Amino acid sequence: MSNKTTAKEAGTLTAKHSIDARDLLVKYGFIAVTVLFFVYFAATIPAFRQSSTMFSMLKFTSVVGIAGLGLTMTMVVGGLDLSVGATAGMAVTVAAMTMVIYAQQGWVAIVAVVIAGALIGAFNALLIVILKIPDLLATLATMFLIQGLKLVPVDGQSVSSGLILRDGSVAPGKFTSDFLQINRGSLGPVPYPVVIFFVIAVLSWFFLSRTKWGRVMYAIGSNPEAARLAGARVGRYKAVAYMMSGVYASIAGLILASRIGQGDISAGNSLLLDAVAVSLVGTSVLGVNKPNAFGTALGAILIGILLTGTTMMNFPYYWQDVVKGLVLLVALIFSFTLSRRKTRFVAAVPL
Amino acid sequence: MTTAIEMRDITMSFGANEVLKGINLELEPGKVTAILGANGAGKSTLIKVLSGVYNDYGGTVIIDGVAVDIDHPTTARSYGIEAVHQKIADGVVPGLSVAENFLFEAIVNNDVPRASSLRGLMPKARDVASVLDLDWSDEVLRSDIYELPIADQQLLLLARALVHEPRLLILDEPTSALSETEADRLFEVIRRLRDDGVAVLYVSHRLAEIDAIADRLLVLRDGVFVNDQSRPFDWPQALHSMLGVAEADPHDRTGELHGTDNVLCLEGIQLLPRSSPFDLSIRDSEVTGVFGLLGSGGSELARGIFGVDAFKEGTMKLAGEPYKPKEPADAIARDVYMVPEDRAATTIIKEWTISMTSTFPFLRDVSRFAVLNPMAEAKVGRSVVEEFGVVAQGPNDPVVSLSGGNQQKVVVGRWLRKQPTVMVLNEPFQGVDVGARHDLAEKTREVAAAGSAVIVMSTDLEEIMQVSDRVIVLADGNLRHDAYLSETSREEILERLSEVE
Repeated sequence: MSNKTTAKEAGTLTAKHSIDARDLLVKYGFIAVTVLFFVYFAATIPAFRQSSTMFSMLKFTSVVGIAGLGLTMTMVVGGLDLSVGATAGMAVTVAAMTMVIYAQQGWVAIVAVVIAGALIGAFNALLIVILKIPDLLATLATMFLIQGLKLVPVDGQSVSSGLILRDGSVAPGKFTSDFLQINRGSLGPVPYPVVIFFVIAVLSWFFLSRTKWGRVMYAIGSNPEAARLAGARVGRYKAVAYMMSGVYASIAGLILASRIGQGDISAGNSLLLDAVAVSLVGTSVLGVNKPNAFGTALGAILIGILLTGTTMMNFPYYWQDVVKGLVLLVALIFSFTLSRRKTRFVAAVPL
Repeated sequence: MTTAIEMRDITMSFGANEVLKGINLELEPGKVTAILGANGAGKSTLIKVLSGVYNDYGGTVIIDGVAVDIDHPTTARSYGIEAVHQKIADGVVPGLSVAENFLFEAIVNNDVPRASSLRGLMPKARDVASVLDLDWSDEVLRSDIYELPIADQQLLLLARALVHEPRLLILDEPTSALSETEADRLFEVIRRLRDDGVAVLYVSHRLAEIDAIADRLLVLRDGVFVNDQSRPFDWPQALHSMLGVAEADPHDRTGELHGTDNVLCLEGIQLLPRSSPFDLSIRDSEVTGVFGLLGSGGSELARGIFGVDAFKEGTMKLAGEPYKPKEPADAIARDVYMVPEDRAATTIIKEWTISMTSTFPFLRDVSRFAVLNPMAEAKVGRSVVEEFGVVAQGPNDPVVSLSGGNQQKVVVGRWLRKQPTVMVLNEPFQGVDVGARHDLAEKTREVAAAGSAVIVMSTDLEEIMQVSDRVIVLADGNLRHDAYLSETSREEILERLSEVE
């Protein structure tokens, strides 16, 4: 009897030892990969080392990062908001219309865009919480709806100054200079989009991991019935998550509009998949295997580093998607193959 | 008449857990044999052995005097054994029409061309339906299976089994989804089959049904038959053997508590579709035990009080005020708490520590302006661990790393420490070892002694006797008995439970 026990204990000990290395890989592998690429690019590309490159890379990452953080909120409650890209795209058109067609100030455009984003989130919440449509399907419908509806008031045209309106008159306004400052301006050396991205990332991280609301949201994502039976009002939390996602996406859209400087109707088209990718990549950071704000932000930055690096090494543009795909794949291998924890977004993403 | 099917010394183990410990059973043609048994007695295992789901059982099955090896469901079918399992949803195929469901086996076996039109399937579907004289219109046969009433789905599955002209028909809780008239229809069918010489094995928790239909009653407990009766059945005796012998003196504890205030008043509550409404007042400072067999309405009572589901009928008053919880959150706001049955599925967040699990329902207590205070959380976690004797290294252990009993201590303790107005514990001792069960019962009684109205639902009479002051007996959703333990007895409780109307 005692012999048996000892043998068994010894067995578990060795097993535990070998798993430790794997745990280490799962936990820090992703961060190590990020650092590795960073060092590699910095060593081989002199221009990569300049701080201006760093900031332009982060600036370019901020749009995807912010949209990804919104999407992360919905992943935390066990859903997935497929309308973030379309919402950002709509934000561009709404901003352009407010300033160009209605000749309003920049701050009016900002308010209008954020309200529109919150409304889209509320609409998603209505479909999911009240009408009980599964998250993916509801937000897919919303995505198509707003992609189409945003074109109705502008007759399917991109809105820029000098636009000829339906009644033959010329649009009276233009993108105001303060609105354009969102993209161009900076706080010291740090461009505003990067400041906005960092502030939102830190606030989101704090909200999710340090407040009781974040705690309840994770509970809902993990076991909605248990959360409900412990007194969580599941519907309200889901509604809040989708409204946050809508607002985040509209902020991403504001930065995008300020960067483009016109109401480009195709803006935001590729944003959804990038946002999904960074959120999924984020789940594998630190081996936590659940959607989290820190991971999403870091995922966005890693993809930013890789895209900047490969572009500077003169890879053709079509390698960008290959890079994103590979990063996602590596992250998924960390989460599903190497990790012993059960990965959370399985149920949420039956794609 | 010869014995159709005989089981000799059947054993079945899952790892070290021996579920069937030597079953001897003769199933005679033209007889309905009923099996009664508590949860985990081995009923479903026995059915699965007979219907070929498990092929590594011990012992012999003899059919017509020849020993056979039932190693696969198709083997069982070839010997004339058909089983209709409890969950109707597992039997019907969604997305197919009623006609296709009738012919599902033929379709799977390619006996019917897959591409054949629905019109072409109709006559064959009618053939299957005719074994039960189901004269359904073309319109019904063409409709989607989910448009069919649940009772008709049950009949469809039965017809599908009967088309093979079985010599043994196994029915596992066949009426759980049926209304009274639908159940009566099913009984007529069973009686007809019996008269045609089919052996029927009937598994149910409903005493009235067994009383109505069975020729023989067997009680299964811990993997062996402990009681074997022919009509007329001695129900108190059957229940005694099903639930076991009293192990401990229920009054071996610190005095019976008697509350004074009717804290929670239920008026005209109807628990199940077929049950009659009743009034019930729950008093403070005592433990009310709600005893009944599986499916007798205890869970419905618990869920109604906690606002998980609404009662079919009836209203509630809490401390004299109207009480109408739409959500558990509403109940919690009035200090009415519940620990649900099925701990793993409905209380545990797998990723969480003991502390997080302990503080979850009352995060306001451990946060300031919504920001969580880890120190305060750890304090609550530690207090649950210490007060309830949770065996763990500390409050930061993952809750899933604990044994069942210790997990239960955490999910019960997180509510009890708040001194509830009403505390509902639904099957709090399931999957809990003896030691933890004792500790939990003690704590529950302490909280009641301090003034809480505590309600404990259980299908185990020993548990009820151990923890309760007052006992309520439910049968098929009806209130059968209500008395303090000192005024009643085990015998009387079983007597009331076994009254067959």
